[in-house]
Amino acid sequence: MNLLIALLAGTLFAVGIYSILRRSLVKVILGFALLSHAANILIFTSGGLIRDVPPLIPLGRDRPPEIFADPLPQALVLTAIVISFGITAFLVTLIFHANRKLGTDDAASFKEDGP
Amino acid sequence: MSLPILPFLIPLVGAALCLAAWRSPATQRIISLSAGTLALAVSIALLVRVRGQGIQTLQLGDWPAPFGITIAVDLLAGIMTVMTALMGFCVNVYSLEGLDRDREKAGFHPLYQMLLAGVSGAFLTGDLFSLYVMFEVMLISSFALIALGAGKRQIGGAIKYVAINLFSSILFLISVGLLYRVTGTLNMAQLAVTLGDAPASGAVTTLSLLFLVAFGIKAAVFPLFFWLPDSYPTPPVPVSAIFAGLLTKVGVYALIRMFTLIFVQDPGLTHSLLLVVAGLTMVTGVLGAAAHMEVRRILSFHIISQVGYMVMGLGLFTPLGLAGSVFYLFHHIIVKTNLFLVSGLIYRLGGSFALADLGGMLRRSPGAAVLFLIPALSLAGLPPLSGFMAKFLLVKAGLEAGRPLIVAVSLLVGLLTLFSMTKIWSEVFWKPAPDPVAGVALPAPLPASWRTFALWLPSCLLAGLTVAIGLGSEWAYGLARDTAHQLLDRQGYIEAVLGRD
Repeated sequence: MNLLIALLAGTLFAVGIYSILRRSLVKVILGFALLSHAANILIFTSGGLIRDVPPLIPLGRDRPPEIFADPLPQALVLTAIVISFGITAFLVTLIFHANRKLGTDDAASFKEDGP
Repeated sequence: MSLPILPFLIPLVGAALCLAAWRSPATQRIISLSAGTLALAVSIALLVRVRGQGIQTLQLGDWPAPFGITIAVDLLAGIMTVMTALMGFCVNVYSLEGLDRDREKAGFHPLYQMLLAGVSGAFLTGDLFSLYVMFEVMLISSFALIALGAGKRQIGGAIKYVAINLFSSILFLISVGLLYRVTGTLNMAQLAVTLGDAPASGAVTTLSLLFLVAFGIKAAVFPLFFWLPDSYPTPPVPVSAIFAGLLTKVGVYALIRMFTLIFVQDPGLTHSLLLVVAGLTMVTGVLGAAAHMEVRRILSFHIISQVGYMVMGLGLFTPLGLAGSVFYLFHHIIVKTNLFLVSGLIYRLGGSFALADLGGMLRRSPGAAVLFLIPALSLAGLPPLSGFMAKFLLVKAGLEAGRPLIVAVSLLVGLLTLFSMTKIWSEVFWKPAPDPVAGVALPAPLPASWRTFALWLPSCLLAGLTVAIGLGSEWAYGLARDTAHQLLDRQGYIEAVLGRD
């Protein structure tokens, strides 16, 4: 299972980085989305992959069972998902704005040096 | 309310209030300035308390460390928070007149306060994941600020900035995830205990280099800085001034924190690599500055070059070297913000940022000339200004640590910095004004009103600070030296956060 997840994260990273380097800005957005998914999978996996045991203390007990899912990476992933959701929303707006100003979503058409 | 978290909370509440006053930019200005003044007062009080009583900590929600989120303020964090509040206040005053009304109405003030909140929070936190969150708060605010009102000529710089900094965040996130897997904790003090002084495994060294890359992109070191000169010259002057003063320094702060507290197991590899990176950063930055002919682009390359000096102190890893880094940090924040604000003045007086279009400003505005000269000469390292002491500390530390090559590089780069500063001086102020292009009138001279006063006041204040630090460098060095000793005293930090056990 670990191997499968590792391959998944690796593939997502590869596809994400490939997409970021494209000329079309829309593909860049998709690339960043894939990269943040890959990073989230990596963090989630860093807590260990445990089946069928939630990160909760069972009812009536005061400590978690012997084997339990680590709640901290799950909290980290939730935070990271929310952050990347906000960033993706902003990125989409930015590219839309750029498309309106430049008339194209080609990254080679930037002209800088403006105050 | 506990003091350590206030420098983060005050700009946050200020941002919320500014949003509530969305329809009235005048109210937003008042709220923004009040929040800025209050944050400055609180940060100075915090620094005084840290100086007197040692590292201040606060456990959010009373969850004990290392399980909860820790706020840990040592001298470095205190100094950086004061610098944030000070620069935030100065650029805010400048933006009263220096920012066009359209951008102000589009939400400059809430975004600006959120940026300051994120930067302050990043300095105050003692936990790696809340460092990530604060980085993101700062980053998203900066994305919105750099894209605010972006026209055809600014949008390219904005997109480059967003893309590369987003990539560095994702790298940071990956590093945090892997570090958790290896150590089981993300609290900085607990990490220092877990990783300890023992020789590093391959995994830990790899992680340290991952963090180096992630923060190196933020700090703009070689070879990760190429986003900076393309994006910093494009936004309006107040935005570029606050970016130049604060954002790369957060990356440098993170590097210092990681490589003095947590990743000290293999200094032969990590810190030597930092030294090499510092040297290359210094040289490439200043060569870029020498090659360009547009004021803000030259200044942006200088940021890169001076970041090299700060990383040099970290790479040397001696008390004097770290003191030099800390001194350089607060000297440079003041000088860089000031230079960008003065570039705004130059633009208002001369109508352009390009050196070819400017000239003769010494006669038209000797005040602007003086306000440019002070930070420029300080940057180049002339006594009795602050830059001299900063460079001197680093040179002395390098010689004492037995690293003559980096010292030679830093001195040569200082010479080239002086060259590029005098280039700006002679092109903008000294040479006679170029013949005006037919049909294009020079901007009207600035009227003497309180609004124009808002343009001059921050630069005067910052220039005065530069001179004061230079003349009072014995006191400033004392502060830097105490900071460096505290940074190298990992046990002190661990005990302050986790308690003795």
